[in-house]
Amino acid sequence: MKLPSLRDVATEARLLLIGIPVLLWTMIPIYHMFLFAISPKEDAFSGKLWPDHPTLHNFEIVFKQQHYFLRDFYVQFWNSLVIAAAVGVLTLVIATAAAFSISRLRVPGGRIVMNLALFTYFIPAAFLAVPMYRTMGNYGLLNNHWSLILAMVTIASPYAIWVLKQASDKLPVELDEAAVMDGATTLQIFRLVYLPLMMPSLVAIGTYAVLLAWNEYLYAFLLLSNDREITLPVALGNFLAADDSPWELLMTTGFIYALPPAAIYYAFRRYMVGGLTAGAVKS
Amino acid sequence: MAITLSGDQSIPAPPLSSRLTPTQIWGIVLLAPYLLVFLAFVVYPVCYGLWLARAPSNYVALYNDPIFARAAVNTLIFLVIGINIKMLIALFLSGFFAQQRTWIKWLSVVFILPWAVPSIPTILSVRFMFNPEWGMVNHLIFNLTGDDGPNWLNDPTVALTMAIGVHIWKSLPFWTLILMTGRLAIAQDLFEAAEVDGASWWQKFRYITWPSLQMLYITCTLLSMIWTLGDFNSVYLLTGGGPADLTHVLSTLGIRYLRLDQLSLAMASIVCAIPFVLPLMYFMMKRLSR
Repeated sequence: MKLPSLRDVATEARLLLIGIPVLLWTMIPIYHMFLFAISPKEDAFSGKLWPDHPTLHNFEIVFKQQHYFLRDFYVQFWNSLVIAAAVGVLTLVIATAAAFSISRLRVPGGRIVMNLALFTYFIPAAFLAVPMYRTMGNYGLLNNHWSLILAMVTIASPYAIWVLKQASDKLPVELDEAAVMDGATTLQIFRLVYLPLMMPSLVAIGTYAVLLAWNEYLYAFLLLSNDREITLPVALGNFLAADDSPWELLMTTGFIYALPPAAIYYAFRRYMVGGLTAGAVKS
Repeated sequence: MAITLSGDQSIPAPPLSSRLTPTQIWGIVLLAPYLLVFLAFVVYPVCYGLWLARAPSNYVALYNDPIFARAAVNTLIFLVIGINIKMLIALFLSGFFAQQRTWIKWLSVVFILPWAVPSIPTILSVRFMFNPEWGMVNHLIFNLTGDDGPNWLNDPTVALTMAIGVHIWKSLPFWTLILMTGRLAIAQDLFEAAEVDGASWWQKFRYITWPSLQMLYITCTLLSMIWTLGDFNSVYLLTGGGPADLTHVLSTLGIRYLRLDQLSLAMASIVCAIPFVLPLMYFMMKRLSR
């Protein structure tokens, strides 16, 4: 075995000198949340770095809805789930159709629509939220899940269309021509040629839209207010309303709420990185 | 709406009255759902919002509201200082994560966590960590020094700095990842040749890395500025705009006016930002639509 040279050791030490602070910086807020989730109430407020008696009791309280702030936990979890799924499906349908139309069918005016969509993508979300709130009121959709679903589809679609258009521009034109030659209709090309080839990008975009909707706080808290209509993040925000709110339960619920997106992210990481950064890197 | 329609017709093709091919009909049908969403939830709200903000009295009211001036300054600090610090760190760390080491690969998997988890629980976690009475940080300060720690979020400067910190914590992984992908796309033989010539790391960065990365870096910085203008969570969930409404940024201020039922003031405060945002948005659109 060859001993590492002094220079290698020095390089490694320098890298560790960067790596360790990065690890601490990244993990401290998440560890702090986890710590609260497994601490009994008395330990939670004593400032210990590890509880004397770690427990899952907080999770039990949440899952049995045994606290005033948690009495609609399952309904709110379900709301988050349904809204995220609906946004994922609707975004995929709308964006795939639009990207196919712009990129493959070369619909007249497609380029302008693409530019308008991109322009929308760059409207800061919190700015659009103000008129969006009033608009939903005018449409009579406030406090209705559709308001949040449609708002999130509006926000997710531009990027979705752009990524899908980039991906479908790369498919060779000969594919469509050959299919037309064989007598395929436009719909058949869409279903049998286009969709299968686009699968990786569709997975990436579906994941993107679902995560965007699941994580959304601002629009959810503006558009939904009834306790049984709100999503989990809004419920978490409502903990702040009271001075004596049970922080350990808030952190436990937050931990449960953060698990699905983290799991989805890691499960689809390959698609996410490949599908979503490709466009940004293009210079 | 008018733009879309005239756009459809300005194509050098026969007018709509003459027959469209089946392909074109399908194209229009498939594009229609997005156009509907766009008209109903972008064009209408934006026009309606601008119409609400039309009265000059709104701007006089804003001018006389000290919270607005403070929020505008805070937003500038957030964007000009916060984002540039973030992007410089991302540029530096992208070089670190581009190193071929197993433990760095694993670290990069952990490093992405802040981006992968929703911001509410983590920001609230930070908020509680810095709670002056029960928070972890002041407990540690008390245990180490025997003194009470500062009342962190009660000082507007500290509170705004922490909001910027929370923002950086959340979005640093994303930008690092993008810059890292940009770095990995640079041909490795350039570095090998430079190594042979005895170039220092600074020379390698200055003459190889930076020239290939600078366009991406600038694009990322501008994009991050636009998105950060819409970052409501970092400030709202950490400080709530307080103490005494001194840490608002434009995004939280708009929502504050909205909650106070001053919709036209909310829109007016956003309209004030348009002259600065619009050129950025236009530039980004041009860049991405190529």
